Amino acid sequence: MALYSEKVMDHFLHPRNVGVIEDADGIGEVGNAKCGDIMKIYMKIDDDIITDVKFETFGCGSAIASSSMATEMIKGKPVSEALELTNKAVAEALDGLPAHKMHCSVLAEEAIKNALEDYQSRKKA
Amino acid sequence: MIYADNAATTKMSEAAIEKMVSLMNDTYGNPSSLYRFGQKAKEALEEARETVASVIGADPKEIIFTSGGSEADNQAIRSAALIGKAKGKTHIISTKFEHHAVLHTLDKLEKEGFEITLLDVHEDGLVRPEEVAAAITDRTALVTIMYANNEIGTIQPIAEIGRICHERGVLFHTDAVQAITHVPINVVEQNIDMLSASGHKFHGPKGTGFLYAKKGIKLSNLIEGGAQERGKRAGTENVPGIAAMAVALKEASDKLDETAKYLIEKRDRLIKGLSEIEHSALNGDAEKRLPSNVNFCFEGIEGESLLLLLDEKGIAASSGSACTSGSLDPSHVLLSIGRVHDVAHGSLRLSLGEDITDEDIDYMISAVKEVVTYLRSFSPIWRDLVAGKKQFIL
Repeated sequence: MALYSEKVMDHFLHPRNVGVIEDADGIGEVGNAKCGDIMKIYMKIDDDIITDVKFETFGCGSAIASSSMATEMIKGKPVSEALELTNKAVAEALDGLPAHKMHCSVLAEEAIKNALEDYQSRKKA
Repeated sequence: MIYADNAATTKMSEAAIEKMVSLMNDTYGNPSSLYRFGQKAKEALEEARETVASVIGADPKEIIFTSGGSEADNQAIRSAALIGKAKGKTHIISTKFEHHAVLHTLDKLEKEGFEITLLDVHEDGLVRPEEVAAAITDRTALVTIMYANNEIGTIQPIAEIGRICHERGVLFHTDAVQAITHVPINVVEQNIDMLSASGHKFHGPKGTGFLYAKKGIKLSNLIEGGAQERGKRAGTENVPGIAAMAVALKEASDKLDETAKYLIEKRDRLIKGLSEIEHSALNGDAEKRLPSNVNFCFEGIEGESLLLLLDEKGIAASSGSACTSGSLDPSHVLLSIGRVHDVAHGSLRLSLGEDITDEDIDYMISAVKEVVTYLRSFSPIWRDLVAGKKQFIL
């Protein structure tokens, strides 16, 4: 059996939404280089709808695939819905992750929450 | 596929396969049986022992066959610890970058009351003999230092360390799993008391290995049972595997000089090409390293994703990143030579086989360049480094 599911490999080899949004409305960054994973997510939000989302990731195959899948799952969705995205849902959408790689999906959930918090705090200010 | 992971395991030699199959077909008797059919297997076993002994300059009585390098390491260290303990000597010296077969055995011995000193290996990945000398006390039972490191390939000053140990009356063991058939080994000339080796690293079968222990060193059993291996390792011997290992060992040792010369040229071509990648560094001394070993760190990327993308390009390699080790920390070897976590995660080991060509080397150089550039293109760390928000380490 391969290390990763076909879905994981597809998102790893052809990651969706890679890049940067220069005038982002919310930016989230989680992880650290010491542990070998950093995820950065940029969002463009209009009328509480996530109209665009991009990511940059330093990390293993499942970290890159989780970023790609998670951004796809929230693109075009209302902020309230994106806030409800769980790491489990990301892992399931990837047809599962090896047990010791589940933290990659946690990072994706946290990066999205982090970006949305940044958006909300900017909005208040 | 370009197989560049020969430090993990090697393709079996055809002569070794032939030997193995012929013994499995025709000589399946138990070497402990007294009838002729069993004794024929015994002959094959003893012939293998003579071959192995002659390759390393030992006496056949000084060789016992094991399931591999890990078992040999475990048995050598446990035996020396018990010999020492009987004389009130409970101190063992080793290094920070040994194989886990050694380090985990030492961890256990520490819990059992032994005092363990792990020497530094410096930035070049080399142990300093004078530091070994300085660490020896009158309570030291054993010095165990690997011949060549499995990740970065650095070759240790084994003969010199052995000489120091003998002057001080301390047993000296070396894990030669990576070194044997790549560097000339003679246990007498190089002052080695115990040596571990593994068959599948030199084109022999997996599940085979041996331990050399100089005459007079009382080995303790890891496996109790029958009287095989002069009572030091119970269980019916893996005759086909052992005989095939001996064939592979002899074959590789006979052409050691020729292979080394060929591989050094390829290795240095690869090192030169990969050095062109900005913010990268070779791990371990450039010259005192195995002819087959190339190990680099690339800043701003992570090793597992690098390996997966190289696999897509038909290159089988290895990395010391946390994600490939299954733990949160990157390779203890890279940390021991002073690579910080951020950089150690982005390591790549390419270990070459004798069939590698210049075309393969050039293909690997361009593939690695392409993949590193691609991964850096969406690495938030690389962005910060380039923007000057973080300082480059390499």
